[in-house]
This record gives sequence, structure tokens and C-alpha cells, in this order.
Amino acid sequence: MNDSGTIIKVSGPLVVADNLSGARMYDVVRVGDKRLVGEIIELDGDTASIQVYEDTAGIGPGESIYRTDRPLSVELGPGLIGSIFDGIQRALSAIRELGGDYITRGLDVPSLDRDKRWTFMPTAARGSVVVPGDILGNVRETEIIEHRIMVPHGVSGTLEEVREGEFTVTDTVAIIRSGTERHEVSMMQVWPVRVPRPYRRKIQPTEILTTGQRVIDTFFPVAKGGTACIPGPFGSGKTVVQHQLAKWSAADIVLYVGCGERGNEMTDVLMEFPRLIDPRSGHPLMKRTVLIANTSNMPVAAREASVYTGITIAEYFRDMGYSVALMADSTSRWAEAMREISGRLEEMPGEEGYPAYLASKVAEFYERAGRVICTGSDGREGTLTVVGAVSPAGGDLSDPVVQATLRVVKVFWSLEDKLAFQRHFPAISWLRSYSLYDEMIREYVADTVDPLFPGLKGEAMEILEKEDGLEEIVRLVGVDSLADVDRLVMRTARTIRQDFLHQNAFNDEDTYTSLGKQYLILDLLLHLHRLLEKSIEGGTPLSIFEKMKIYDEISNLKYLPETSIEADRIKEMMADQISEAIAEYAGRKEI
Amino acid sequence: MQREYKTIRNIVGPLILVEGVRGAKFEELVEITLPGGEIRRGRVINLAYDTALVQVFEGTSGIDVPETRISFRGRGIELSLSDDILGRVFNGLGGPIDGGPAIIPEKRMNINGAPLNPFARDYPSEFIQTGISSIDGLNPLVRGQKLPIFSGSGLPHNELAAQIARQAKVLGGSEEFAVIFAAMGITFEEADFFMRQFNESGAISRSVLYINLADDPPIERIATPRVALTAAEFLAFERDMHVLVILTDLTNYCEALREIAAARKEIPGRRGYPGYLYTDLAGIYERSCRVKDRRGSITMIPILTMPEDDKTHPVPDLTGYITEGQIILSRSLYRRSIDPPVDVLPSLSRLKDKGIGEGKTRRDHADLSNQLFAAYARGKEVQELAVILGESALTELDRLYYSFADEFERRYVAQGYRVDRPIAETLDIGWDLLGMFPRSELKRIGKKLMDAYFRPRGEAGAAPAGQGG
Repeated sequence: MNDSGTIIKVSGPLVVADNLSGARMYDVVRVGDKRLVGEIIELDGDTASIQVYEDTAGIGPGESIYRTDRPLSVELGPGLIGSIFDGIQRALSAIRELGGDYITRGLDVPSLDRDKRWTFMPTAARGSVVVPGDILGNVRETEIIEHRIMVPHGVSGTLEEVREGEFTVTDTVAIIRSGTERHEVSMMQVWPVRVPRPYRRKIQPTEILTTGQRVIDTFFPVAKGGTACIPGPFGSGKTVVQHQLAKWSAADIVLYVGCGERGNEMTDVLMEFPRLIDPRSGHPLMKRTVLIANTSNMPVAAREASVYTGITIAEYFRDMGYSVALMADSTSRWAEAMREISGRLEEMPGEEGYPAYLASKVAEFYERAGRVICTGSDGREGTLTVVGAVSPAGGDLSDPVVQATLRVVKVFWSLEDKLAFQRHFPAISWLRSYSLYDEMIREYVADTVDPLFPGLKGEAMEILEKEDGLEEIVRLVGVDSLADVDRLVMRTARTIRQDFLHQNAFNDEDTYTSLGKQYLILDLLLHLHRLLEKSIEGGTPLSIFEKMKIYDEISNLKYLPETSIEADRIKEMMADQISEAIAEYAGRKEI
Repeated sequence: MQREYKTIRNIVGPLILVEGVRGAKFEELVEITLPGGEIRRGRVINLAYDTALVQVFEGTSGIDVPETRISFRGRGIELSLSDDILGRVFNGLGGPIDGGPAIIPEKRMNINGAPLNPFARDYPSEFIQTGISSIDGLNPLVRGQKLPIFSGSGLPHNELAAQIARQAKVLGGSEEFAVIFAAMGITFEEADFFMRQFNESGAISRSVLYINLADDPPIERIATPRVALTAAEFLAFERDMHVLVILTDLTNYCEALREIAAARKEIPGRRGYPGYLYTDLAGIYERSCRVKDRRGSITMIPILTMPEDDKTHPVPDLTGYITEGQIILSRSLYRRSIDPPVDVLPSLSRLKDKGIGEGKTRRDHADLSNQLFAAYARGKEVQELAVILGESALTELDRLYYSFADEFERRYVAQGYRVDRPIAETLDIGWDLLGMFPRSELKRIGKKLMDAYFRPRGEAGAAPAGQGG
């Protein structure tokens, strides 16, 4: 067994080295004199192929490879929240301090701050018997997040000692004895990113993850513990939707993985999140957010690792019993990174040059989401929701990454550039998107909002569907050929589109709509529709209602706080204005 | 340590395979001395055992197997930089071609740069006034942004780029700025057009030009944008200047990349372009930036021609996924002499929301542009409908949208290449156009702004729908 090997080939991010007998798959190695970080991805005798997470310029054959004999892992413990890491969990703030504005190679920075002291409050009693996942105590990491320190995987026994006080992440806070073995437990755990963290069992999701986005929550909801994807061409607003979800999702913890996307988007999150206030906790959003940034100009192999780094951290918080949401923007870049490495390994390509194992990797990734009973003896429940953006080439949904994703995720938000051109945002198509969680969360929504809500949504969707068919007719023979009933459908559909589905992410009030307010607006819209339907059934022409002031009232609803919407008063106004219009019409007819 | 070899094994296209090499490094600079004494440059793109694959920038013609000497220089490709680069013209690799002296370096920088730490980035938020309504009003450019022009063969993208370079300014700003122009595989006439423009406007003294023409070695193009951006980084972050970088034409650059990939027998991705095209382009585009605690900035306008005006072609497609928006030119507007023919609807500036509004442009800017977009989109839809059904089948309101779309194109978009419109004027024209609608139609604008700015056109326009058509 050799401690170090020798480089024999360099091809972009792929380095091949020999003399590495005894090395294991997915072990981390340090590459060359610059000691770049790499990971073994193929072994052939004592020759290893290594994907390097840093730029390989200046590396050449003959240089050494240093083994670490550890798999690619993340550090888990207090200090994660509010941080921004690169794809292999190096703190970008520390990298800047050490290396300046540009990312220097071969830097060794710990993921968690080793000097910072955290106040640890034990909750487990000395002498009790503990199993992996049991909570030993808490650290108040931010104003809203209590970081629960758990017994690490593989350790169980009697809690011999548990200490209260201020500790760094590497200090011992508890001692667990099993037989003659004595385990010193610190607040930090290390976990390999490619291995899902264990849980006791998975259960069906039943609760909606509210996002404050009307088209999503009302029509295509995602459940806590569910999976969703947003494919769309460039310029259709994938990132804005992802940002909105990261901002307003009713999750305890949000992981945002910027995978191969724009640097300025990460800067945007970094600058905005500390300022924005979480409507549920009243504290800045940054206090519940962890960011992983591996932008498009950063090394390609680390892009491949970044989604795993993100999901492992997410699982760790899920294990504490939190509801966690992970946004990955964009999974296409992750797939492309796989393709690039696969090409350099000279593997036989599958569709569009992607490796044949693309679909199974995508499926494995999304399967790490779910609602679970966590490890530990208290049976607490945690959820991990995963939302992946997909950037198909040319906006074509037959793209292999889109197709592989659609086979596993349960919610599909289809972005359309046609809507984006009209500046209808979020540009989520109401005709092509779907959610398979509708049934599972129906009961929960009926209980918490209003029993009528699920029905209203069906009614609204029917109107939108009808509009699509009618538009076809209008395109062929003109609007004059439509009967008033159909015109009313088109009128209401327009109101639904403009005053409900359209939502301005940059307006302070409109950016977030609670589920209760969504119900109120939809109820009012449809109430008006029903009233008008009844009126025109009696033979009154629809056109006389066109100038009713109530339409402006309805358009304005989304800009009002929930508490100041007086539904009953507005319904009265509707009835009054309709009677007025009818009276006026009757008067005119007499003259 | 300098190591020289005469051990070429084979030459394929722009690539040389050298054997018996010791100690060569990935991406290392290589100098190739031809039998006649001519020196060319290349870089190592693959290393396996004792062989090095070298990509020759100036092409391989004239290189022979027995006599040509290859020397490995022990460093990457560097660019010599000093204040004297301003006002000069260089080739695609950074060598002077204007007859002037070589640059005496104050600093040498590797042309590949290094990735900027996302944590060090500052968010671009300073509005740049280009004086072009369709950009300033609807798709505004901000400092540190990368905003490409998607064009097609025969469209006037050069005129538009030159107009931006000539007119771009920051409101109330008087900081030092510079223009860097990098030409990749364009014709002499196109390059000459830009040089004349810079000369005419006097901008030449604060410009740096890197020119790789259509008949220059194609592989040199791979270095050209990197050379230009290295110079931009020097001026922006060593000299505190605000730098505007114009790159044209990225489609030629990508074709050069494809040539190398084909010569290396790589597995091709879409349309024969290499699978790493996205990563490679990102390495260029992402170099535009603002950096915390530094005064300078790099703003980038790459120009690319879409083959067959196809936006889904890999080059515009991948570009659009990286850049912060795009300005798309329209052939149909161009045919109708709407200059500059900016196709407003599919164009987009992702950073506009941070760059406009009170204190930057005017408080009505955001709502107004949303409303203009929505109205123009509806107007275009109505116009399409009218083609099928005839104008008589339109409702009165539809007819209003119809004429809005027309007037919008004629007054707002078509301003010519010589008109420099201040932002206030652009906004006022927008309000004037909206004046043809009844107030209730304008749903995208807040009430306060409507009260302050909305002026219906006479009594006819203020009357209920229909009479303004």
C-alpha cells in the first residue's frame, strides 16, 4: 500500500495516476504539488482516475498524488446556517480572507469555524441509554434555529457524561460508554456526501409546503417531503421562481444550491436574504438559510459534487426533525458536469452524450427527499423537499435531463417563454403543469384553510381549460361568434390570469400571499363569475357589466394585506353593482 | 527551466503531439520554432505519460517533424500590461499590430484569469444610460452586467454596438472609463467600421483593440476574448476604470472551439460542439463583474450571430443561460426600417430591477416598462389575429392595441443610430404612448404613479374603450 501515487495523465479536470494500490473508490486525494482536491472515480489495478475539484492548469505527469483515505465528506454542526460554501463545502468567506477576491487553488479551509464557541445546553440525562439520532442537547445557532446535537451514527450506549457550557465544534460535549468502549462525542459530525443519511422509515407526505406563490400553492402544490422540478428555456424565470421559493417557503431550513449558474445570482441572494424578513418568524431569512455556490466559472467537477454536498446538509437538518427545503439551480449543469467527466473517461455515451447512468443518478438524488421518521428513539418526524430547476437545451422538453427528472418527481411546473414575453410571471403554464400531491394534501388544506378550497380550485381550472378551447375558436372565426356564456368564461379566465395567477415578485405585498388570502381572492373571483352567470342566463347581455367598478376592486385585492380584505362587503358590492347595471340597462331599453 | 525538444510525433490540424517530454504542465505555454526561424505560440491541452498535446494558435502550416523545435516555457500564457495599452491595436494574442512599440509590462497576468469568489462579488446596480429607448426603457444595462446582442447575418448589430459604445454613460458620473474591443474572425470591413467609429468619436484614446480577422488563424480566436478580458481586469481592478468590453463574434469563437474538439476526436455534443461549451463560455462571460471594495467594473456586450436566426442553436442557447439577459434583433423590424431593430418582447435584462427606480432613473420606470411590455405583447397578438380575420373582426379595444403596437415601434423603438435619448425623454415617450388607452386598461401601474404621470390623450383617449382607435 502506497501513501502517494504518481500522475501519468492530465486531461482537463481528469487526472490519471498510478501506484495507488489499496485506494478506494470515491476516496479524496490531494493532486500534485499544488495539492488540489480530487476524488477517485475509477480504479483499474493500481491506476486511478481522479476528478479534480480545482483548475488543473500547471499540473503535469510525474507529480505526486497524496492519499487521504477518506471519502468526500461534509462537516455537520453549528455554524452551517447563514454560511456560503463552494461545491465541496469550503467556506467562501474564509477563502476570500486567505486568497483574495479570486479563488486561489489548493487552499485548506475548514468548513466549520474551529474557533467559534457555541453554548451547548444538554437535554439528555446522564446515565440514560442512547442510540444513534438521539438528541443530546441544543445550541441556539440563530434566533430561529435551535441546532440539535445528535448521537452520531454507529454510536450507542450509556451516556456517561454530558457537559454544559461553551464549546467549539471539536470539543467533547458528551461521553458515551458501551461495554469497554468509550466514545467522545463533539458537536460536529462528518458524513460522506454520496451516502444518504439513515432514517427509521419513510412515510407519505400529507402536508402542503406553502410557498406564498398563488399559482403554485393553489393549483400545483408541493407537499412537505415532496419533489418538484421547474424546466424552462432561458429567460422564462426559473431562477426567480427558485428564489421566491427559497424566500417564502414555509420550511424551517432552506438549502440553496447554485450549481453552475450565474455568480451575480448568488450575490443577489447573499445581499437580499439578510434584509428580507421571514413572514412566519419575523427574523431575516438568512437565519434559516445555507448557501452552496458553485457558479458556472468555477471548476466543473465541484459542480458535480455540489448537489450532493447540499442534500447531505439538508438531510442532517431533517434528522433533527425539521422541515427542510432544498432548491437546486440548475440540475442540468450537474448532469453536464457528469457528461464532461464521463466523456474524459471515454465511457460509451447514452442520449445526447450524457452517460448511460444519468437517469439512475437523477432518480437516486430525488429519492433522498421525503417525509421520514428520524433516527433516534423519540420518533420525531422530519421532511426534506427537493425542488430542481432544469435548463433544457433550446427549451426542448425532450431533453434527457428533463425526461429523467419527470420520471421521478411528482410536481411539474412548466415554464413557458410565451408567457414570459408577455411579462406574465411566474411564467408557469396552467395547462401543462401538474402536481400529484393534490389528493394527499386535500384533507390538510380543507382542514386548515377552508373545506371549500379544493372545490374552488377545480372550478377555476375548468374555466381556464375552457378558455383555451374558446381561444382556438376566436382565432378562427372571431370573438363575435361567441355566445355570452362563453364570453363570460373568457372574461373570468382573464381575471384569473391577470389578478390571480400573475404575481409580481418585486412588489412588497404581492411577493407573498398566504394560503388564506389565496382562498379569499379565488372565492371572490368565482363568486362574481357565478353571479354574472346567473344574470346572463336571464337574457341580460354580458356587455353591460363590463364597466363595473368591482373589477378594479378585484384587481387590487392582491396588493392588500389579508386582514383588510372584507369578503362579505365585497360580495355585497358585487350584487349591488350588478343590480345597478341591470337597472340602467332596463331603463335604457325603455327609452 | 527551459526545455527544448525536437520530438514531434505527429501533426493533426492545429495540434502537435510531442513525445519524450518531461515535466510539462497542463495549460503550459509552448513556443514552436519553425525551421525558418519563425516563432509561434501554443498551449498544452493534454498530457499522457511523456507525450504532450499542443494546440498551436497561429496554425500548423510550415511546421515539420524533424526540424521544428518545441520549448516548454514553464508558465501559462501571460499578457503584458501597462497604462500604455490604451489607444493601441493588437492581434488576437495581444501582440501589437499598429506599428507601435511592444508594451513594457508593469504587470503580467495569466490570460485564463481565476474564478471570482461569489462572496467577493458586488451586485451590479448602477444604471448605464445608452441613450437607446428600447434598451434604457425596457431592458436597461447596468454596470458589471453581461448583456449579449443576439443577431443574425445581415442585421445591423455592429451599428447598435457602436452606438452603445459611443453613448454609454452613468448618470451623474464622471469616473474614468475605457472600451475594449475584441474581434474574433470578423471581416476587415467590420473591424474597420469599429475603428473608424472610435476614431470619429475620439474614443480611440481610451480604447484597446484586439483584432483577429477572418483570415487570421482561427485557433488564435480561442485566446482573443481571454486576452481582452485580462486587459479589462487590469484596467478595472488595477487602474479603477469602468470598462466596457465588446466581443464579436462569439459564433466564430465557438466554431474555433469545435475545430479543436474535432481534431482531438472528442465525443461531440449538440451540432458537433464540444460538451464543455457551456463551461468554456461561462469562463468568458462570468468575468464581467463588480467586486466589493473595488472601484472599477467590467461590463460586457458580446455579439453573436444566430445561424438561421435560430435562438435554440447551441451558441445563443448556452449564452442565454449564462448571460444576464439578451438583446435580440429582429429581421422583420429591420425590413421595415425600424432602427435599431430591437425585438423588444424576447429581449430581456435580468438585472434591471436593481438598476432602476427612484434615485437611479425615476420611480415610474419599473411599472411603466411592465405596462409597455404587456400592451405591446397584446398589440402584436392582435396584429397577428388581424392577419387571419381581417381588421374588421377586431373589437374596438383590440384596434386600440393594434395601433399602439404600430406607434410604439415607430416612435419608441425606431430612433436611429445617431439619436442619444436621455432616460427621462424615453420614459415620457412611454407615458405619451400609453395615453391612448383608457385608464382602466393599464393594470400594471400602481395608482399613485398613474395619478402622477398618466395623461390621457385629449377627451377621445379618456373616453371609454374604443374611440381612440
